[in-house]
Amino acid sequence: MIEDTKNIIESLLFVSDTPLTVDHLKKLLPFAETKEIREVLLALSEEYETRKGGFFLREVAGGYQIRTRPEYTKWIKRLIRPNPFRVSKAALETLAIIAYKQPIIRSDIEQIRGVDCGGILRMLLERKLIRVLGRKEIPGRPLIYATTKQFLEIFDLKDLKDLPTPEEIEALGNST
Amino acid sequence: MSENNYKVNLDNIFEGPMDLLIYLIKKNEVDIYDIPIALITNQYLSYLELMKSMNIDLAGDFIVMAATLTQIKSKMLLPAHEDNVSEEDPRTEIIEPLMQYLQMKSAAEHLAARDILGENTFVRSADKEDYSISDDEEIINVGLFELIDAFQKILKNISADVGMQFTVNRISVKDRITELVEIFEKQESITFNELFSSNAGKGDIILTFLAILEMVKVRLVRIVQHVQTGIIRLFYD
Repeated sequence: MIEDTKNIIESLLFVSDTPLTVDHLKKLLPFAETKEIREVLLALSEEYETRKGGFFLREVAGGYQIRTRPEYTKWIKRLIRPNPFRVSKAALETLAIIAYKQPIIRSDIEQIRGVDCGGILRMLLERKLIRVLGRKEIPGRPLIYATTKQFLEIFDLKDLKDLPTPEEIEALGNST
Repeated sequence: MSENNYKVNLDNIFEGPMDLLIYLIKKNEVDIYDIPIALITNQYLSYLELMKSMNIDLAGDFIVMAATLTQIKSKMLLPAHEDNVSEEDPRTEIIEPLMQYLQMKSAAEHLAARDILGENTFVRSADKEDYSISDDEEIINVGLFELIDAFQKILKNISADVGMQFTVNRISVKDRITELVEIFEKQESITFNELFSSNAGKGDIILTFLAILEMVKVRLVRIVQHVQTGIIRLFYD
C-alpha cells in the first residue's frame, strides 16, 4: 500500500506546478493518513538524495516541490530562457527588511535604508514578492507590507522561520 | 586632506546616506562602535561638496544625515558634566541604525545567495514562452503589418489570368481552420508560404489568410519571423 501511495504522491509532485502541501495531498488521497504522507515525502526526498540525479525534492512555501539541482543550471538555461530574476541591490535590501520586519510600513523601511523606497515597493508589489496586508491605524493610515508565498517559493524557503536569525546573519556578516 | 581621498566609485553615489557612511567607516578602517565622528563628518561633508561640484542632485536624505552628523559632532565637543555621567554617547543615534542597516544588507546578501527559483533551480512546468531559441535562429514575433505584407506578396504571385471561377462547394473559414489544424498536427510548424499553394485561387488564399488571423486571435498558433531570412513561420502550440 505504501509503495502505491508513494508512486501516487510522486506522480502528483511531478505534475503539479506549485508546491504541494501535506494538507492538499491529504485531500487528494483520502485513504492516506497524514503521518503516512509525511513519511512518503521523506522517503522520496531521501531516495532522490541517494540517487543524486538531476532533481531533488524541496520543501518550499509550506509544501513540497520537485526542483532541479543547482549544479545543472547552466544546461537548463540552454533549453529555456527563464524570466531572469534580476532585482537591484537596493530592491533586495528592501525585500530583506520587509521579510525580517514584517508587518512593516513604508516609513519604517525608509528609516532603516535612509532613502525613499516608493519605486522599489511598487516594483516588488508588481512582481508579487510583497503584498499589502492592510492599513495601519495611525495618522495617514499608511499601508502595511508583508512578503508573499511567491517570495518563499522564489527564495527556496520553507517558511519565514527558515530565514536565518539576525544572530546568524551577524555571524555571516562578520565572516565576510 | 588631499583631494584624491574622495575618489569614489560612481555606482555607489546614489545608494543613500547610510551607504556613504558605511563606505567612509570601512575606508578609514574604524570601529563602528567608536566612530571618530569629526573625521567621518568632515569626510562626509567633503563628499557632499564633491557631489555638488559634479552637479549631482543630492537627495534630501543626504542633507538630513549631514545635519545629524554635525549635531553629534557638536554634542561630542561639549564638555561632559560630571553630574550627567549616565548620559549616553551621542553617537548611539547613528550606531544603532547603522548596525541595523548592516544587518539588513547581510540579510539581502544571504537572500541573493540562495537557490533562487528561475535562476539556480527550476521546476518542471516551465512556461512555453520560456523556451529559448539558439542565437543563430533568432526570431521575432510578427506584427499584423508584416503578415499583411507577406499576404500581399502571395496575392501578387498568383497569375492574373486565372479568371473568375464559381465553385459550388465553397468552404467556410471555420472549415479551413479545421484543415489547417490537421496540417499542424502532423508538423509542429510550417512556413507562411507553404500554406498557400501556388495554384490556389484568390478566394482560397484569402480564406486561408482569414483562417490564420482567426487562429492567431484565439491563440491557436504563434507566428514568428526569422531575423535574417525574414521567413515567417507558424507554430502550433
